[in-house]
Amino acid sequence: MTATATVAPVRRHLSIMVPVRYLAAALIVGVTLAPLLFVILGGFRTNAQINENPVALPSPWVFSNYVDILTSSSFWTFLLNSALIAVSSTVLAVGLGSMAAFALSRYRFRGRETIYSMFTVGLLFPLGVAILPVYLLLRQLHLLESWVGVALPQAAFALPVTIIILRPFMAAIPSEIEDAAVVDGATRLGFFWRILLPLSRPALVTVSVLAFITSWNGYLLPLLVFNEPSHFTLPLGVATFQSQYAQDTASILAFTALSMVPALVFFVFAERQIVGGLTGSVKG
Amino acid sequence: MNTTTVAVAPSATAAAGPARSTTPAPRRRSSTRKRLELALLLLPSTVLFVAFVFLPLIAAVYYSLFDWSGFGPLIDFVGLDNYTQALTDPTFQAAIGHNLFIVFASLIVQLPLSIALALLLHGRIRGRTGLRLLVFTPYVLSEAVTAVIWLSLLQPNGAVDGLLRGVGLGDFVQLWLGDGNVVMFTLFAVITWKYIGFGIILFLAGLQGVPEELREAASIDGASGWQTTRMIVIPLLGPTIRIWAFLSIIGSLQLFDIVWIMTLGGPAGSSTTMASYLIDRGFRRYEFGYGSAVAIILFVFCFVFALFYQRFALRRDTQGALTGRVE
Repeated sequence: MTATATVAPVRRHLSIMVPVRYLAAALIVGVTLAPLLFVILGGFRTNAQINENPVALPSPWVFSNYVDILTSSSFWTFLLNSALIAVSSTVLAVGLGSMAAFALSRYRFRGRETIYSMFTVGLLFPLGVAILPVYLLLRQLHLLESWVGVALPQAAFALPVTIIILRPFMAAIPSEIEDAAVVDGATRLGFFWRILLPLSRPALVTVSVLAFITSWNGYLLPLLVFNEPSHFTLPLGVATFQSQYAQDTASILAFTALSMVPALVFFVFAERQIVGGLTGSVKG
Repeated sequence: MNTTTVAVAPSATAAAGPARSTTPAPRRRSSTRKRLELALLLLPSTVLFVAFVFLPLIAAVYYSLFDWSGFGPLIDFVGLDNYTQALTDPTFQAAIGHNLFIVFASLIVQLPLSIALALLLHGRIRGRTGLRLLVFTPYVLSEAVTAVIWLSLLQPNGAVDGLLRGVGLGDFVQLWLGDGNVVMFTLFAVITWKYIGFGIILFLAGLQGVPEELREAASIDGASGWQTTRMIVIPLLGPTIRIWAFLSIIGSLQLFDIVWIMTLGGPAGSSTTMASYLIDRGFRRYEFGYGSAVAIILFVFCFVFALFYQRFALRRDTQGALTGRVE
């Protein structure tokens, strides 16, 4: 289910709708892009320029805001922390989730639907509801100020979606394939590892992308787990930078612009998976 | 969410069917092996899930019955006092109101807007692929980045004010985030900017499921474009609309990141949401018992809504939509 697949355009006569369409399209472009451009261009201005006129092109162009941030360590630290946490929580959620989905889709046993229901109901528990006890649990496990303390709960909260998407996918793989593998001497776990997982690649990509984005964008958990700035993730770092340097608008804009870059690059490369995954995950 | 009817294709599984005490020896061995495999496959995820999702929820119910700072033993049992206190606190009542405002404003504004924009982008238009990418961009940004972007734009004498003055609408300039009567509308606008792309992409996917022949047949029968849209396209988008509404309402009830970064629930509680109230009480004032009660109330809101929605609106589509269809 890729939303980008082209559909044969409706053959219709030119009507009054055409200009309306382009007007609305122009409006969409403006409303979407203007804030982003303001941030990116604002990073190339000085505070004096911004104070004098908030909406204007840089004149002259100043590169020091961006250079300062890129040569300081904090931006790169936040970026690495975010990457470490997002990658580990994704690997954990997709690894454990695909094992569970395999058991729940291709084994018959008592309590199977109960376990599955437990995971699906988990879809309704927002992190916020459980956050106080989760925090206490992390404190008890001495995982506060540790990236593990963010990655573990994030993986746990990503399990429901992962399993809900993977289970029907794995169940739909024809049983003849499994029979053939068994005839060829494969164990069931061997079938899972060598045949089912490779066949499930599209669904695995979808759930990985979902888990990664959720973790990468996560704010609440890092906010509560980390106090020490060297542990911050990018979202937490951006928000903190904003409140710390409230007077230095130009630096805030440059910092914000830079922190959009990873998400935008990821989007450009994985656009099909992201869009397909998000629409597919809710459309079945 | 537990309504899935599962009919896994009978396969090799049948061979290792339900083990009975009467099964011959080789079968029993395979059933032991099956149990080991199941444990290996299911235990890690179940442990992780129970530890970080399930037990915390139960713990929250327990904590909510105590007056507790999060340190030391739970001794000060107060029964349901935390709940009555929360439900009678005007700030929390206002928070519920703010969540409901976002819920309804989203349904009234974002739903028609995203359907309209999806119809627009579905039709023949130059640069359609680029437009689709562009419209989705804000959705990819994190809530934190979105909040910081708009915080900068909405500063007094910031870009929004400058733009309004530049086009002669200076009279409309407000204290966007500093005026208690305006702040919820401002936040709603920011939320719309961020999430509209998701709705559009969802409806675009839904529109691909509307057969072109139906539209053509309608137009041959003399239906106008608007009639076709209203009588044929929108009803066929039904399942997508219901899913969108479900996600939108659940998201609105849990609203936190953007509010916390932009206003901290202020000024004077005029943009507090249930979640921001919960974090404020729990982590800034160390009222863990009270905060837990608030968490449970928030959960009940989401849960009751989801059950009702499931029962009355989603019933037809659930299997294909939220839980995935196992065939």
